[in-house]
Amino acid sequence: MARVVVNVPKQARRGEILEIRTLAGHNMETGFRRKAGGELIPRDIITRFSCRYNGVEVFSAELHPAIAANPLIAFSTIATESGTLEFLWTGDNGYRATVAAQITVA
Amino acid sequence: MTTRRQFLLLAGGAAVSAAVQAELPPEIAAQRHAALQEAVRKVTGGAPVRTGRVKLDIPALIDNGNSVALSVEVDSPMTEAEHVKAIHVFTEKNPQPYIINAHLGPRAGRGRITTRARIADSGSVLALAQLSDGSFWSDSVSVVVTLSACSEDGLT
Repeated sequence: MARVVVNVPKQARRGEILEIRTLAGHNMETGFRRKAGGELIPRDIITRFSCRYNGVEVFSAELHPAIAANPLIAFSTIATESGTLEFLWTGDNGYRATVAAQITVA
Repeated sequence: MTTRRQFLLLAGGAAVSAAVQAELPPEIAAQRHAALQEAVRKVTGGAPVRTGRVKLDIPALIDNGNSVALSVEVDSPMTEAEHVKAIHVFTEKNPQPYIINAHLGPRAGRGRITTRARIADSGSVLALAQLSDGSFWSDSVSVVVTLSACSEDGLT
């Protein structure tokens, strides 16, 4: 149910800097908003994002309520070898989303 | 008689003063400023922070504080010996100072991240980079927010 998208080039030359863009569908409820009756809406956010390149973590981030809904995270990594980039989002209330992208490095 | 030009000037002035009144009460603003200082100190451990080498790219005028694109670029060769370890982004006026803490390494190739933030009120946004040699560099941008994130709560 968790919808996530990543934008990773399918092919790259060794040593090339890859621009990676990721989006996760999540409303990132801040925990500071109130319902009409005045009670606080509990926080429900993604708290951590990571990217593993053939099993090695190359990027990670801690997210906070100040990240906009449907968090966009863009970063870069060097194309070292062919293989898999695994992306993982985890958060409140057991939220967990993963996606993997294959890359061929020539 | 009021000319149209005078009327527009007056109306513009009224709009500006209304915007000023929408700002946080001074004691809350001071609290949040202190929280920002504390958050920065937690990251740096009291190490000096120099300005430069970091470029925070965020619009100075924000129409909608609910989704503000921002990117941080750090001037670094990104080698094993000299690279960016982390990029932290903070904001001065939100209920909590943190926006994102990103952890990079030499494999990033480039010391740059992009995300979208919520900004509650006009104030400064601070980007802080931690380099592999232990030094801290920062850049801050003063932004003006016309539609606050969490505006339905009246900025509390």
